[in-house]
Amino acid sequence: MSDAPLGINSTVSASHRDAAPPRPLWQVIFVRPETLTFVLLVLAIFAGGQLSPYFLDIRYILDSFTLTAELSLLALILTLVIIAGEIDLSPASAMALSACLFAYAMSFDWPMWICVFIGIGSGLIMGAINAALIIGLQLPSIIVTIGTLTLYRGLAQVIAGDKSIRVPEWYIGIDKVQILGLPAPDLIFIIAAIALAFVLGMTVWGRQIYQTGTNETAAIYAGIRTRRIKTVLFLATGVTASIAGMIFISRLGSVRYDLGLGGELQMVLMAMLGGTYIFGGRGTILGTFLAALLLSVISTGMTTANLLPATQLCVLGVLLVLSIIATNFIYSRTQR
Amino acid sequence: MIGSLLRRREAGILLMIVLFCVFVGIMRPRFLTLDQFRIILLLIPLIMIGAMGQMLVIIARHVDLSIGSIQGLAAMLTALMFKFHPEIPWGFGFVVAIGVGLGLGVINGVLVTAFNLPAIIVTLGTLSLYRGLTFIVSNAKQIDRQFVPAALKAMSQDSPTYAVPWIIVIALAVAVATYWFANRTLVGRQIYAMGSNPIAAPLRGIRVNAVTILVFAISGALAGLSGIMYASRWGFVNPSNTGTGFEFQVIAAVVIGGVSINGGVGSVPGVVLGVFLMGCVSAALPLLGIPGTSQAAIYGAVIVIALLIDRSVRMRANAALSSARGRE
Repeated sequence: MSDAPLGINSTVSASHRDAAPPRPLWQVIFVRPETLTFVLLVLAIFAGGQLSPYFLDIRYILDSFTLTAELSLLALILTLVIIAGEIDLSPASAMALSACLFAYAMSFDWPMWICVFIGIGSGLIMGAINAALIIGLQLPSIIVTIGTLTLYRGLAQVIAGDKSIRVPEWYIGIDKVQILGLPAPDLIFIIAAIALAFVLGMTVWGRQIYQTGTNETAAIYAGIRTRRIKTVLFLATGVTASIAGMIFISRLGSVRYDLGLGGELQMVLMAMLGGTYIFGGRGTILGTFLAALLLSVISTGMTTANLLPATQLCVLGVLLVLSIIATNFIYSRTQR
Repeated sequence: MIGSLLRRREAGILLMIVLFCVFVGIMRPRFLTLDQFRIILLLIPLIMIGAMGQMLVIIARHVDLSIGSIQGLAAMLTALMFKFHPEIPWGFGFVVAIGVGLGLGVINGVLVTAFNLPAIIVTLGTLSLYRGLTFIVSNAKQIDRQFVPAALKAMSQDSPTYAVPWIIVIALAVAVATYWFANRTLVGRQIYAMGSNPIAAPLRGIRVNAVTILVFAISGALAGLSGIMYASRWGFVNPSNTGTGFEFQVIAAVVIGGVSINGGVGSVPGVVLGVFLMGCVSAALPLLGIPGTSQAAIYGAVIVIALLIDRSVRMRANAALSSARGRE
């Protein structure tokens, strides 16, 4: 009896240990980062209402959201990439390069379909380069996308120089187009959010993204093709970047190589603020959706309050650090 | 075994430099003159100093994206001191710049360790924070040449005797000090140990958090030093230009210099050669008639190429290791 191996004793005591009681339903539903994002959004709108009565007008919020719709679109797909356990810092640069190529093609008066083909194709190629380096050659996505961030933006500068490329008059003004009472960029963002939320939450493929990010080794043993999933995500990021670039050009009317410069900060901020877990496996499209709205309200509010762009930059930086601390805290308190 | 691999790595960078110089020299013979060599030497001190800090950070398996903004903020605060308190001796500027950089670096390190956050996100946040602060303290105005002390500017002035300017001496001194720190001190070796195996490091009694904060502090302090040297080299400090994109130049130089992005591998001689290669490329562009706008693309391409080299070296090392084991 006394010389029974230690291992047996410990298994016995482990089987006697009670399982942790399940968390109450209200906690499962409400104690999560998205709640915090939602509360902040409501607070931000009320605070904005104190600055200017326009803030309580849904029209005003929708119109000002067109200013950040492109980066928000990228943040949605970035959310999936982060949930899958990778990161991509290059989409803002990819957007600039693809937009420059698209505008360049248009300046030759080529048929529209060729221009679109060039735009989307370049996005796809840039996504494929990232995927080849990260998934094909197994290099860490952090450093790879820092490299391609510099490379894509640099190539945009080579193509466009320091001049801005104008696009034809008829192409300008997507943010003035109203569909179903919504500005077109907003509508595109909402449709993309619903579609991605469906894919992520309701399909097998979406659940596999979560599993890939939670424990890639286990996911591979469970028969999930994690490499294929990640490849598709990076390709999708490239294509989304080119679409975002097209919307951006239409809104601005011209494009320079510094289109969306520093946009990686805002994209990552939206994902983090929406409660996406930086180490992968957790996060929702709803969170990023709310965070994108929140960031739009905050930016507009800061501009209304006459804060300098530099101060706004500081606020965004602090917000990024705070949001990731808060998200990690909430996730460490709820089950692992 | 590993030592010979490393030596081969540095020899590879040296070979790249020689090939590049011969190639450019054939196209444009002017590239191989002493004058051109001086131009290269004057291009590299800032990158060299930033690269020494970044090397330690990457060896410890982190990355510091905020060094460009630290350079800007440190340079701006120092220049403001020169402008509004000209009575303070200019040498004190070094204390201010390094002190500011040290403080900002410690903030990065504490955020990374205290909350267990990935360095890339933290330093992406502080990159904007520090840049924004630079605009705020300077009121978005440039500090012009007349406010930067003449003695400071003289440190990087051309001299007809081909004497080596001070900023190059400082950069080399920093490299030598980093070499000593990384190879001859306990903490230096602990940085390598942390990067090679983050799980084993605390079990060996390494105070991982303290060492991590130290690494970011060194990176910040050196970025601060590069800030005052920017003021010396260019004679002005501009809130939007000073240090913007510096982090990418430095990361490019560090990874082409053979520091492995998987941590634990990298040497000062390799990084010095990497910095020198970047200097040669920058100096060759105008001679070859390539417009300055392509600089950023080249830095990006260098990072990607360096990653590919890093991977093939690692694969070869792994293959050599497993075949050695097979023979036993």
